[in-house]
Amino acid sequence: MPLLEIENLTVQYHTLHGAVQAVRGVTLSIERGRALGLVGESGCGKTTLARALINVLARNAAITGGAVRFDGVDLLQLSGGALNDYRWRRIGLVPQAAMDSLDPVYRVGDQLVETMRLRGGLTPAQARERAARLFALVGLEPTRLRLYPHELSGGMKQRVVIAMALALQPKLVIADEPVTALDVIVQHQVLRTMRELQETLSLSLLLITHDISVVADLCDDVAVMYAGRIVETGSVREVFAAPQHPYTMGLRNAFPSLRASSARLVPIEGYPPDLASPPNGCAFAPRCPFAVQRCWGDDPVLMPTGGGRLAACHRAMEADVLRIQAPQAFARLEATGSQAVEGGAPGGGIP
Amino acid sequence: MSQLLEVTDLRKEYPLQSGMLSAVMGARRVVHAVNGVSFALEEGGSLGLAGESGCGKTTTAKLILRLLRPSGGSIRFAGRDVAGLEGLDLLAYRRQVQFVFQNPYEALNPRFTILRSLLEPLIIHDIGRSLTERVERVAMALDRVHLTPVETFFPKYPHQLSGGQLQRVVIARALLVDPLLLVADEPVSMLDVSIRAGVLNLMRDLSRERKLTTIYISHDLALIRYMCSVAAVMYLGTICEIGPTAEVIEHPRHPYTQALVSAVPDPDPAQPRRPVEIADTVPTPFQLPVGCPFADRCPQVMEVCRRVRPALLPEAAGVHVACHLYPAGTREAH
Repeated sequence: MPLLEIENLTVQYHTLHGAVQAVRGVTLSIERGRALGLVGESGCGKTTLARALINVLARNAAITGGAVRFDGVDLLQLSGGALNDYRWRRIGLVPQAAMDSLDPVYRVGDQLVETMRLRGGLTPAQARERAARLFALVGLEPTRLRLYPHELSGGMKQRVVIAMALALQPKLVIADEPVTALDVIVQHQVLRTMRELQETLSLSLLLITHDISVVADLCDDVAVMYAGRIVETGSVREVFAAPQHPYTMGLRNAFPSLRASSARLVPIEGYPPDLASPPNGCAFAPRCPFAVQRCWGDDPVLMPTGGGRLAACHRAMEADVLRIQAPQAFARLEATGSQAVEGGAPGGGIP
Repeated sequence: MSQLLEVTDLRKEYPLQSGMLSAVMGARRVVHAVNGVSFALEEGGSLGLAGESGCGKTTTAKLILRLLRPSGGSIRFAGRDVAGLEGLDLLAYRRQVQFVFQNPYEALNPRFTILRSLLEPLIIHDIGRSLTERVERVAMALDRVHLTPVETFFPKYPHQLSGGQLQRVVIARALLVDPLLLVADEPVSMLDVSIRAGVLNLMRDLSRERKLTTIYISHDLALIRYMCSVAAVMYLGTICEIGPTAEVIEHPRHPYTQALVSAVPDPDPAQPRRPVEIADTVPTPFQLPVGCPFADRCPQVMEVCRRVRPALLPEAAGVHVACHLYPAGTREAH
């Protein structure tokens, strides 16, 4: 049984302009001891999904359906007190921009100790002793426990926040953009620490990022999210080597590579749909060079495609052929330039 | 080809505010944000400035744009020193150098329509004889950045456009006054991943079409590889290595460049990685070491590095490097 099973989860935001469906029926599982990378662009619902798992959503957001089972227990059915037992103790969270969430007027060690005393019921002495061990674990000298946040660099603060997430020995850590604000060398070092921790503590990790290279670096599995849905999942190696969803195919050619020569990048034209009024068909269809009539009316569900992989595409069975055509096909959409119209008419999508 | 831009020993110092810190430390202290940067850029060339945050790359750009006044050194643009320009001379210079900054959401006046924002530079630089002619120029500029049909964008306000569209407007604005040099500081880092490639391609195509000289500032070496023929790596206010981009990235010579290149995650998980490990603490630019600024983090540090600051000297394959590992005697004659 996977450690965490998300089933058909839906989350809505209530705004002045009506309900926005940020997460639209996500089904996903995280195996024990494995690192899953959840990638997608801003607004695709990845952070909302992560926050929904331990129900720390914004006030105007509500879970409108689905289940989140942790070790078989549906977290969405738990009341406040029982759910609190899962937060920190079984599921640690490294929130977005976490290093700025440290309180500037308290020593970082005291903040760590406070978390353990309040959440874990440790005595002050126990908590202090464990804080020192945690610091060593994340690669910080225990003497730094006495410092204030402004005395630490960005990378060190990020390590403190990771230590905090690990404080009560959770089985699962959710890390939302844990290295985004860091410089590349520091980013590399923090990622390496996270990978070592994940292996030595046999943690499960849900890493949320917009950067597919970070996923390639750290994760075993990947889930690609688009417009509130998971469009493709599988092992990192397989998905990146042979993507089955056109969105993933498009992303691969949209990044400059450090090592490869300067072959022309191919953007994915257009913009994600407005989730206040999600389209009837596939949400990616307006940007997809392979969209057929069916895609506009019939929203594809996530289906097994063999080898433990899943894809939500009506043409997933043709993926091997489409993948070869993808660079030219996306480039043709770029050449027509139809994307530039706000909320553009569906371009050359319908053959 | 002639050099369009020649920067020599460029410096920018900021005095630290007198306050608690200087009261404790006693002496007057300055931050050396840019500490002797020299490079030349030929007409039509493209230079990438890479480095970690705080290395002085944005300050260097602002000095070249003359948004800041240098504390020392010279900036020769088309044969003329622009470091001390003022008044109308500075205005004329600013028509020739334009910029695209990181955050398109803050680059346009939120209370101006797109048309009004784009007319502004034409009015300031007195380009075009009539309003009709100016509007025509704006229409052409929007068309060039693929914001079509252009008339639908004229009455829009910035909040009605997406980040990618806004950055295209900013690019259109920069090119409206026919500049010779375009400086772009992290032009896509605020944009969504699927949008970035389109903006990069646009900038690449436009600068090739118009033989525009460009400087890209980015922490992302892959972006610099895609956009620039020459790459310079900055560390603590100085250039530690500069040369043809492919050479700098594939055969990095300076230990800092080696660490930087090896730390970039590769989107291909099958790629083997051999990271070069260095300490993650950066010395602050007000306690610059006497010798090499990188000495404290350098895995190959030698005794001489702590005494003598290495000069940026030609090494091989067109690369200049500031490192004692490449002593002058063993270098190519130049």
